[in-house]
Amino acid sequence: MLLNPIIRLGRGSIFLGKTLAGIPQLFVRFGLVIKQLYSVGVQTLLITLVAGLFVGMVLALQLHYTLSTFGAEDTLGLLVALSLVRELGPVVAALLFAGRAGSALTAEIGLMKATEQLSGLEMMAVDPIQRIIAPRFLAGFLSMPLLAAIFSAVGILGGYMVGVDLLGVDAGAFWSQIQAKVDFYEDVMNGIIKSFVFGFIVSWIAVFEGYDCIPTSEGVARATTRTVVHSSLAVLGMDFVLTAIMFN
Amino acid sequence: MFRSIEVSVGIFVGIGLAALFFLAMQASNLSSMSSEGFYEITARFDNIGGLKVRSAVKVAGVKVGQVGKIDYDSNSFEALVTMQVDEKYNRFPRDTIASIFTSGLLGEQYVGLEPGGDEKLLEHQSEISHTQSAMVLEQVIGQFLFSKASDSGGSGNDAPF
Amino acid sequence: MSEPLIKIRNLHFSRGANKIFDGVDMDVLEGRITAVMGPSGTGKTTLLKLIGGQLTPDQGEIHVQGQNVHKLKRAGLYKLRKKMGMLFQSGALLTDLSVFENIAYPLREHTNLSESMIRTMVLIKLQAVGLSGAHQLMPSELSGGMARRVALARALALDPMMIMYDEPFTGQDPISLGVLVKLIKQTNDALKLTSILVSHDVGETLSIADDVKIISRGKLVAEGTRDEIMHSDSAWVRQFVEGEADGPVPFHYHGASIEEQLMQVKA
Repeated sequence: MLLNPIIRLGRGSIFLGKTLAGIPQLFVRFGLVIKQLYSVGVQTLLITLVAGLFVGMVLALQLHYTLSTFGAEDTLGLLVALSLVRELGPVVAALLFAGRAGSALTAEIGLMKATEQLSGLEMMAVDPIQRIIAPRFLAGFLSMPLLAAIFSAVGILGGYMVGVDLLGVDAGAFWSQIQAKVDFYEDVMNGIIKSFVFGFIVSWIAVFEGYDCIPTSEGVARATTRTVVHSSLAVLGMDFVLTAIMFN
Repeated sequence: MFRSIEVSVGIFVGIGLAALFFLAMQASNLSSMSSEGFYEITARFDNIGGLKVRSAVKVAGVKVGQVGKIDYDSNSFEALVTMQVDEKYNRFPRDTIASIFTSGLLGEQYVGLEPGGDEKLLEHQSEISHTQSAMVLEQVIGQFLFSKASDSGGSGNDAPF
Repeated sequence: MSEPLIKIRNLHFSRGANKIFDGVDMDVLEGRITAVMGPSGTGKTTLLKLIGGQLTPDQGEIHVQGQNVHKLKRAGLYKLRKKMGMLFQSGALLTDLSVFENIAYPLREHTNLSESMIRTMVLIKLQAVGLSGAHQLMPSELSGGMARRVALARALALDPMMIMYDEPFTGQDPISLGVLVKLIKQTNDALKLTSILVSHDVGETLSIADDVKIISRGKLVAEGTRDEIMHSDSAWVRQFVEGEADGPVPFHYHGASIEEQLMQVKA
């Protein structure tokens, strides 16, 4: 029983190796990846935009309230931007991605397994890992940083709308603080690195759970739930590790 | 053939890259980092207080560069600060004074340069000889209390009892 | 007597505690339709997966066209698979591609034919199964019988030397059944294929099979040509062919007798 997670981790790692081995070929047949970028990236775009906007706006509201007790409202822009770019952008976008795109990937692959499509491909002498799994993994990995950047950018704009238009913070102070104190390498780049790591993890878990599931409807449902739960926890855990490394 | 999937993926990637560009240009200090080069000036301080790498170097309140490196010279027991000053601002007299100031009351510390009157100019990797260390709050309070005590002690013999 | 196309020797295979094959020897001859029959759950689908190399036996060997399937490296195995067609129980069509795209898929993957050539070949295969008008449909729009015919067309796309059918008759209405039976026979004879038909539908299967193998409880209990089987006097075979409810394969699932079980409840 205790051995089970270790066995799964082992299987998952071997699976990851095969998936990564199949990636170089994709650059020749990029059409497969584009199709997956659509179902994985484009379809998570809307929820990312809306969530980013709201998070940015709420941040501005909350921070303004506290900052005004210190007379430091001018730093609102800076705090909103830093919170988003360093943490909330990569992490929340990754959690949304896991819920929307990750679960869809697991369900799709699991269903293909249950309806013997994966077996069918094997018997047609086509490697399902290369044709089905690898494009989806790569699409997830590439989409994640884009989505995180969109989340942060929209969040900052949302914070601007609430802070400047609604709460009367000076527009000039808002932007100038951001441009002075947000460091491109330490804050923005680190956030992007985080989202690459999160994209790797979430995509790996999503495709593996689908590929490894029990091929019944119950099995697929369980695998989908596992994807959302495990990748969310993994993202939060990795975030702690990465933050400790990057921002100590 | 016109494939709507490819269009939407293109738009998605475009928006993503635009967001990255926005973050880089408008929401960080990337644009203010001059693409022209900088030259280095060093200065020694007894105490740099809270000065950090990438703290600002300002003249007349305008940022002209940043702190590149902070080292400790164990021979002279002083802090050695290397400043990276934008090439545009290359007319500093040799007797410029470098002091460490605090922006605001409890804000970040920066190096302020006050130009002197010398005709000869500072060059790449030359050193500023006149420096003023950072104000350390505890020392200031200590000085204040001490001067207060000596004031009252000198003016009268007002013993507590 | 020519060399059998497929030779299975001393096959042992277990899934968990279940011993699915317990020392099975079997030959499949070229150009003939071989039916593998037996009660449900005896691992007939597993046999096809073993032949195709998707599963590895615990013991024993399977030789296809003289090559030991499980000793082949991936490249060799894939090359062999291109010569095998397989028809899955559910058709296993790729649900995000149209009928046309599904059949074109193996052609696009494994050949360098031009688009017009591919189009011609796809339409020919579809015509052979009577569905050339359906090439624009999506798999979700097909009935079960139609999906299987499309899957057959796809299995034939690369002109394989053999086809394996996994329970092709299960759950079909009489007309679709008739169509499928006819197609399997016609395809086998016209294209000089070797067909392996796994099924428990006795009537349909026996109407087109040349050779019959009956598997029960992990062992090969009977084999022969169709005529031999139909006239056999083995109790096994009789029960299976006649569809008797009870016989060598018992009606009651083994366990305590009903009297014993009722006695327990009382106490």
